[in-house]
Amino acid sequence: MSGNGLSYSEQGGEAAPELGQEAATTTTPSIPAAFGLFCSDIKKNEDLKQMLESSKDSAKLDAMKRIVGMVAKGKNASELFPAVVKNVASKNIEIKKLVYVYLMRYAEEQQDLALLSISTFQRALKDPNQLIRASALRVLSSIRVPIIVPIMMLAIKEASSDLSPYVRKNAAHAIQKLYSLDPEQKEMLIEVIEKLLKDRSTLVAGSVVMAFEEVCPERIDLIHKNYRKLCNLLVDVEEWGQVVIIHMLTRYARTQFVSPWKVSFEKNFYESDEEQKEKDQKVKDTYTMDPDHRLLLQNTKPLLQSRNAAVVMAVSQLYWHLAPKSEAGIVSKSLVRLLRSNREVQYIVLQNIATMSIQRKGMFEPYLKSFYVRSTDPTMIKTLKLEILTNLANEANISTLLREFQTYVKSQDKQFAAATIQAIGRCATNITEVTDTCLNGLVCLLSNKDEIVVAESVVVIKKLLQTQPAHHGEIIKHMAKLLDNITVPVARASILWLIGEYCERVPKIAPDVLRKTAKSFTNEDDLVKLQILNLGAKLYLTNSKQTKLLTQYVLNLGKYDQSYDIRDRTRFIRQLIVPNEKSGALSKYAKKIFLAQKPAPLLESPFKDRDHFQLGTLSHTLNTQATGYLELSDWPEVAPDPSVRNVEIAESVPDSFGGFTCLLSSFFLICSDSEDTEKKKKGISKKITTSNSSDTESASSEESSSDSKSESDSKSDSEPGKSRYVILSVLGLQHSPTLVLYLTGHYPSLCWKRISSSLSLLQTARHFW
Amino acid sequence: MIHSLFLINCSGDIFLEKHWKSVVSQSVCDYFFEAQEKAIDVENVPPVISTPHHYLISIYRDKIFFVSVIQSEVPPLFVIEFLHRVADTFQDYFGECSETAIKDNVVIVYELLEEMLDNGFPLATESNILKELIKPPTILRSVVNSITGSSNVGDTLPTGQLSNIPWRRAGVKYTNNEAYFDVVEEIDAIIDKSGSTVFAEIQGVIDSCIKLSGMPDLSLSFMNPRLLDDVSFHPCIRFKRWESERVLSFIPPDGNFRLISYRVSSQNLVAIPVYVKHMISFKENSSSGRFDVTIGPKQNMGKTVESVVMTVHMPKAVLNMNLTATQGSYTFDPVTKVLTWDVGKITPQKLPNLKGLVNLQSGAPKPEENPSLNIQFKIQQLAISGLKVNRLDMYGEKYKPFKGVKYITKAGKFQVRT
Repeated sequence: MSGNGLSYSEQGGEAAPELGQEAATTTTPSIPAAFGLFCSDIKKNEDLKQMLESSKDSAKLDAMKRIVGMVAKGKNASELFPAVVKNVASKNIEIKKLVYVYLMRYAEEQQDLALLSISTFQRALKDPNQLIRASALRVLSSIRVPIIVPIMMLAIKEASSDLSPYVRKNAAHAIQKLYSLDPEQKEMLIEVIEKLLKDRSTLVAGSVVMAFEEVCPERIDLIHKNYRKLCNLLVDVEEWGQVVIIHMLTRYARTQFVSPWKVSFEKNFYESDEEQKEKDQKVKDTYTMDPDHRLLLQNTKPLLQSRNAAVVMAVSQLYWHLAPKSEAGIVSKSLVRLLRSNREVQYIVLQNIATMSIQRKGMFEPYLKSFYVRSTDPTMIKTLKLEILTNLANEANISTLLREFQTYVKSQDKQFAAATIQAIGRCATNITEVTDTCLNGLVCLLSNKDEIVVAESVVVIKKLLQTQPAHHGEIIKHMAKLLDNITVPVARASILWLIGEYCERVPKIAPDVLRKTAKSFTNEDDLVKLQILNLGAKLYLTNSKQTKLLTQYVLNLGKYDQSYDIRDRTRFIRQLIVPNEKSGALSKYAKKIFLAQKPAPLLESPFKDRDHFQLGTLSHTLNTQATGYLELSDWPEVAPDPSVRNVEIAESVPDSFGGFTCLLSSFFLICSDSEDTEKKKKGISKKITTSNSSDTESASSEESSSDSKSESDSKSDSEPGKSRYVILSVLGLQHSPTLVLYLTGHYPSLCWKRISSSLSLLQTARHFW
Repeated sequence: MIHSLFLINCSGDIFLEKHWKSVVSQSVCDYFFEAQEKAIDVENVPPVISTPHHYLISIYRDKIFFVSVIQSEVPPLFVIEFLHRVADTFQDYFGECSETAIKDNVVIVYELLEEMLDNGFPLATESNILKELIKPPTILRSVVNSITGSSNVGDTLPTGQLSNIPWRRAGVKYTNNEAYFDVVEEIDAIIDKSGSTVFAEIQGVIDSCIKLSGMPDLSLSFMNPRLLDDVSFHPCIRFKRWESERVLSFIPPDGNFRLISYRVSSQNLVAIPVYVKHMISFKENSSSGRFDVTIGPKQNMGKTVESVVMTVHMPKAVLNMNLTATQGSYTFDPVTKVLTWDVGKITPQKLPNLKGLVNLQSGAPKPEENPSLNIQFKIQQLAISGLKVNRLDMYGEKYKPFKGVKYITKAGKFQVRT
């Protein structure tokens, strides 16, 4: 091994100066300004090179640390590549690791030189230690050099049938890397994915599903056979894997099961038609949830208790998209819990709650107070909470909510205060009981000192009056008075529009307003100018006696305005309203055009249509489809054949261990809750551990740690009241005649006998080897 | 999933970058800076930003932005949660998650990031595993390392990663076996002007420090587990056991960790341990106002309320404040307009009071809203919900561990509107 390493270092040494020159010549012209700086860089790198050449590990380590420091800062350290790559076979673990870090960063840029390191990894892939095999595969697959694709493919294939689940996990990761490097390998990779999906280890499950999602999400048929296994493993998969699996299973379930919502949906038609009722009754009777569908819901539920916000969110979206509507409510408690978390988590969770609360108010109504705003919340959180509060508002809670809103309106955060006014407007339109109260409240706000608050109130009042074309002459008069003080363009424009629209209700004030604004026309904002023209036109049509001259004056001003838009509008209005020989047939209809009944604006939540994106996804957050977003399909009308998910029971021996012969002895024993048996059990497991510790270190550690965990597993699997199976140990031994021991006991007494006999069997077996 | 990570400090310098796939140019951060400029303060920078070719998901922790670059659809919470885990790990390793700490330990940071993600997918995030892979720096170790030339990278390969209990490292040995549990409860409340409670809720956590040899199997039971309404668990806890018996049964990780966090059911009325009397007013057409706040104890079961601190974000128009405190000391920062009053312990005989004049900018309109008072406090040896640990049993090991439980109640987001 050392001989090999030497030969590589020689090669590397030859290549080094060449490359150094090349790098220098190519980079210097492009940055002439930094030339001086660059020179000193070369010098510095020279001494780094020397350190790397040195025979002392400490010097090499120092050099590597400095190089990694450079990489971390984003400085270019690529010219050191040849010097660094020589150390890939270093005995010192830290040097080796740092070289790996460096390799993964620069191998893509220096492909030829990177090839020098490949054989080191190939050798390590055969190492007896699984961790070394795994890390070799990791680095090998992270070097993005197209030439080695066949080598990678081979390594992945081999690793996918490795004895160690950890190596197989890394193989699953490597699949994605190879796929992004060379998508043409897809077919071969799918084969590997198919094989790994069958794996029963919790370590592998998350990673292989991730690979599946990235390489072949459309091959949903690969999941069938593994569906139940994935559901059952889910609780024990690490948290990141859980998120990926849950998202994938959500997609899967939507293609395979019929909708559990149909029943409640069709209930709406009940009253109308008697026959329909009977038919629906039938539908209701015939719908029974597929047991596999139920299994998924049942096995994800405990994960709502996870400490990981992403897992909780994933389960919540699963329930939202898959569970019967009556059951989806259980997620709200957990989602509300997440609101105690960091601002970023709050932001995403609140967005999702906002979407949910539009469709199913009931889910979050009990938690109304959890969405009350604190003055210390960031503005984006405040507005989201406000959004949810508005969605949850109903006749019962509106009075408490309005009281709460009163506090918010006074907030120092003016952006938030403005949003609150919008919210009040929405409540007023949605709940007719409080429309007048809200309107009065908003009118009170018109005398507020803050301009933004007043402006927002004006805009909202405008919308409200439009939806309620009752007699609100008083309010319009009040607003006309305000016009002198308000400077915010939107607000001024809104007032002018209102006066114009309802000019017949305020016949005395309207011309006066036009007079005042005509005076200030030139100083107004474009938005306001347009509305002045609009007001003029409307008055001209309804009250031409008083306003004819004024309107013409305004139109003249508009004609010579700087803005295209205003000049255009002026021309357009003049042609329409002022009758002359050239004016076309349209001017007859001018009044109809200007004073037509306008549809009231809808005050809607911005989260209204977001639910067509799967909840919890990036696309949902951004409200646009992100790259790689996988659409959730609609429920099928008729469920596809459920028998595809059936698995033969004989498969319980993991066959993925491939060529290795393994002795797998699993002891299933029934134990009661009494401490007595517990002790016995522990004693036995200890015995086994000690007796085999020499064989494989990894196996023994795996075994000793697995016993307690699997204890909980088995408990969860067994039905309550029945006996519990405890898997005591799983031992992997190489070079042995194949000998598979299966001991399944159904009665304690029988079981103990079997255990003792198997122990002696094991001992004889050891002698035999 | 996660393509690259950039660490950016408050002044906008990118001081660390790490790529797990092909290199993404630093210029992608320009979109982030743009969004940052638009936001009024750091708190308002949107966590998810869309750019033409990438998506940026960021968190803000300890004055550092962790900006991750994403190329395709991924649950945003997945990334956010992971970034926080990274920050937690730094905190755990270096004692603080600051720019200087990261810069000083850049090699360890890089090694950690390398282990935590493989091709953008989380690989090892459990602190127990990471600590076996890469030893945290200590003064002693760095001295020893510099003399002997040994390294921070563990020379034994971690086996925890391979086991079904990835959170616990193997071969733990202590001479003193100890298990400590801190039951920490926080009161979140909004109190309105008149002193009545708008909203109050108790949130609690049990933080543990477990130093036990071998593979102990613990079970912790409560006197009144019914109090716990909503619970989230560390992965080590056996869920079924909790469901059926309301007992926490687990093989603990080694060292410090959060065992559970919980919310106390909302049916129980929350006893608010302090009351605040306040008189804050700004006079019309004059450049001054009055400020008078008294804090007093209430219903605290005979325990003293300690470490009381009040912070107030005063309106922008406030120039300065001339106050006298009967107890503790106060500071007013004229730039951020934050008033902080460090009260200390409250003694019922002599209630702490802070009183005086507020100077306003002349000519500015009178602030229409009085600021909210944020109160912090601590009560030792009391869990305000009444939660009590019944017993802790250990199985699987022979020795007798030393056990301890500590209760503490704190103010969470405790706000008094005025």
